[in-house]
Amino acid sequence: MMNHSMSAATNVMKTVIYIVCIFFAVLSIFPFWIMFMNATRGTFEIQQNSIAFFPSTHLISNFKILTGKSFNPLVGFMNSMLISSGATFCAVYFSSLTAFALVAYSWKMRQPFFTFIMAVLMIPAQVSGIGFYQFMYRIGWTNSLWPLILPAIASPAVVFFMRQYLLATLSLDVVNSARIDGSGEFATFNRIILPIMKPAMATQAIFSFVFSWNELFRPLILLTDNEKYTMPIMVSLLRGDIYKTEYGSVYLGLSLTVLPLFIIYFLLSKYIIEGVALGSIKE
Amino acid sequence: MAGKSISYARYGYIFSVPFVVAFLIFSFYPIVYTIFIGFTDLKGLINTEINILSEPLRNFRTILSMDSFKKSLSNTVIIWIFNFIPQITIAFLLAAWFTNRRFRVKGQGVFKVLIYMPNIITAATIAMLFYSLFGYPKGPINDAFMQFGITTEPLNFHLQKWTARGVVAFIQFWMWYGHTMIVLIAGVLGISPTLFEAAEIDGASASQIFFKITLPSLKTIVIYTLVTSMIGGMQMFDIPKLFLLGGPDNATLTTSVFIYNQAFSGSYFYNRAAAASMIMFVIISILSAIIFFTLRDKEEIQLQRKKRARIKAAKLAERGLAV
Repeated sequence: MMNHSMSAATNVMKTVIYIVCIFFAVLSIFPFWIMFMNATRGTFEIQQNSIAFFPSTHLISNFKILTGKSFNPLVGFMNSMLISSGATFCAVYFSSLTAFALVAYSWKMRQPFFTFIMAVLMIPAQVSGIGFYQFMYRIGWTNSLWPLILPAIASPAVVFFMRQYLLATLSLDVVNSARIDGSGEFATFNRIILPIMKPAMATQAIFSFVFSWNELFRPLILLTDNEKYTMPIMVSLLRGDIYKTEYGSVYLGLSLTVLPLFIIYFLLSKYIIEGVALGSIKE
Repeated sequence: MAGKSISYARYGYIFSVPFVVAFLIFSFYPIVYTIFIGFTDLKGLINTEINILSEPLRNFRTILSMDSFKKSLSNTVIIWIFNFIPQITIAFLLAAWFTNRRFRVKGQGVFKVLIYMPNIITAATIAMLFYSLFGYPKGPINDAFMQFGITTEPLNFHLQKWTARGVVAFIQFWMWYGHTMIVLIAGVLGISPTLFEAAEIDGASASQIFFKITLPSLKTIVIYTLVTSMIGGMQMFDIPKLFLLGGPDNATLTTSVFIYNQAFSGSYFYNRAAAASMIMFVIISILSAIIFFTLRDKEEIQLQRKKRARIKAAKLAERGLAV
């Protein structure tokens, strides 16, 4: 009897849990669904009813209106791609190298250096933004993609993650036997250590890429030439008056800025979720 | 062979060089330069002359006396609180459900993927998307409200201070509760299962288990989440910037948007923006210090605790002897 009522209570609770979870799942999808659907609908249709669950036929005309004005998705895509790929390579390669230095060698400054990396982990781009802009302005690097790529060489959070990974997986015997075989230290890193670190590098590459792709503050202050605009800056163009009544085109523009992210996410979501969980255990 | 030992220590230094050089050039120097600009008269779009002010703290004084700066600080705090309380509550609730062995929630993988999704989508795009969703007089939200009879006429969300702030806080919440949930789940899974088993055998209820075992074990993770969220909140830029450009009537003006507006619009007050950045930097440093000390080597703290306990025990023993 008691068992029965308890399992009944559990079942009620389970139903509540599923309803709540489905509600939140829908809450995540709904805005993006509206965005993708309205990207295919004409301005008149959207004015009649702005919620639609199925696509319409105005995708191409929306695209023509969108690109006929200031929005050039191909340029934005190329710039964002260049910056994100470059920054991701820098962050992953050099953070692995730094983590290797921290794990494989015992040097006097090792512990202070690590403490220092922990201390600067939280410094956001905004606090140094003014000095960064003035510095780049003076050396003529505004409207260049380099100041958005090269700073990724020093990515404290990635170093931290890579160090944790190496501490758990690297046996110094590997390094020693490479030495006996006559391998130089740098060659050992490139040929033996990097392959060991592949899983960690993949996880961090995803996060670095997404971070770089989404960044608005630094590109916005540095890039004024519309040939250099990144995707998030393109978004700010959609706020302009020329798109005020072009509802369908605005939704299409928004969809285009995030399409690559959706593709990456649904291909790699398992690794992304695992990466978030791993990165959080900082003990 | 024997006795031939080479010191490899120098490679530790060599391999750290790229990081250090990039840090010095792209982070350290810009910070120092920002501090310096805070004490100068640098303003204007094409001005390249910099002079230190005869009254060096003037920019700081100006900033601290500006109503819009004070407002930006209070807005940042208000928006952060309205995002964080529901964020941590719902993240905890979902984490507790997903890790509860009695419920054994199915399809967790799918739920996690969908709930986390907004976190990796461009914040700028999301801000602009919500601007369109909350459109007035026609927009998906207004249409839905009218269809369900929640309101009889369209609401202008963009024009009222509290609805504008509410939407910004909601976006922030919506983008981050999935992330917090996954962090908390990882934390719960890190707790030794024997603790839960023992509690179950003793007949503890679900809420007892949560408040007596789960919550105390997650203390560090919760503090970490709290502080990183506070620091992230201080930096809030993309969403308020693109949602309503800081409006209406500065109601969604955050500190970062304030800094941006000072330096890159109007009179191009780089000096004032730099001073405001430094004030923000001080606040963030204090918050970072808190996290740094809470995450300090746990063993060290335990050793200290044991030491203290031993001293206490010794004292007690002494007293016991005296009695």
